[in-house]
Amino acid sequence: MNLDIEKALRGAAPTARGASDDVAARFLRRASDEGLLDVAYAHVDSPLGPLLAATTERGLVRLSYLGFRDEDETLQKLADDVSPRVLEAPARLDPVRRELDEYFEGKRSEFDVAIDWSPMKDFQRRILEATAAIPFGGHASYGEVAERAGNPRAFRAAGTALGRNPIPIIIPCHRVWAAGGKLGGYTGGLERKRTLLELEGALQPELG
Amino acid sequence: MALPPFQAFFDDHRDEVLGFLTALVGPSDADDAFQETFVAALRAYPRLREDSNLRAWVLTIARRKAIDLARARNRRALPSDDLPEHPAPAPPDKQPELWVAVSGLPERQRAAVFLRFAGDLTHRDIAEVMDASEDAVRKNVSDGLKKLKETFA
Repeated sequence: MNLDIEKALRGAAPTARGASDDVAARFLRRASDEGLLDVAYAHVDSPLGPLLAATTERGLVRLSYLGFRDEDETLQKLADDVSPRVLEAPARLDPVRRELDEYFEGKRSEFDVAIDWSPMKDFQRRILEATAAIPFGGHASYGEVAERAGNPRAFRAAGTALGRNPIPIIIPCHRVWAAGGKLGGYTGGLERKRTLLELEGALQPELG
Repeated sequence: MALPPFQAFFDDHRDEVLGFLTALVGPSDADDAFQETFVAALRAYPRLREDSNLRAWVLTIARRKAIDLARARNRRALPSDDLPEHPAPAPPDKQPELWVAVSGLPERQRAAVFLRFAGDLTHRDIAEVMDASEDAVRKNVSDGLKKLKETFA
């Protein structure tokens, strides 16, 4: 009889599945109201494939190509770099999603969403701020960006900093080219860089 | 070994925590206790040691919140009130009468029986959750089982 009861206890745990979606939504509201949501993230669809966007109270901290780096890895990196209080909160990313949609529809050439620069190291921040100043449709070389960041000889380090751009598209590292009009590399793969530049009219669509 | 993003921690443990709280305080109060548990966990999370046993940690918080809630209920309850002394039974799953009987056990036995059988935790982890010795929780489990056995004898 003892054994039967143990077996029944194992098999009949009151887990209340299904109900837990409501309590999870309520928890997210509480976390947000109490200011405990350090990093909110959401999935965003784009013509370049699925993206993961993340924001702090200060502004956007991440925009990742999910086809390029996997979601768990991206979220773990956010937890390590910014704060482990990372929660999926799509409503917080609505403004970013809206601006990205407009950009890809050709209705927007500048982003208005705030960027949180605070997790970036000093040199990377200067490089990416110089990059953010390159206008829609324009482009600059790695050397030019390094120069504008105050260190003209650091073009290699500029390439590295751009390769680690945490917010591609919105910080437009696709507008930074290699010397001699060659495109150079891109965090999301060269095909994405080409697509963005064609959208901005900086590059003629390839024929064939 | 770094702390996982809170969302992953939450997704891993939310069903079990809700089940545990349902067993401890009944389904109508489990939601409130769940909110208190995870808000407290989120508040403390960045200061947590990276090698912590996250499951035992969140179940510990859940049990404390369940006890707080039960105390608050008892304080509010006037002698003339007809509130039940024990929480409402857990939602009937496959063995409703069994979980009604569990919810009638003293709190320590109820928690220990849930963690041992529904949660399949080791006695060592249960001892951590309940801040007691392994011997004490073994006794809680066996006393609880004995009472259940008598109920269904």
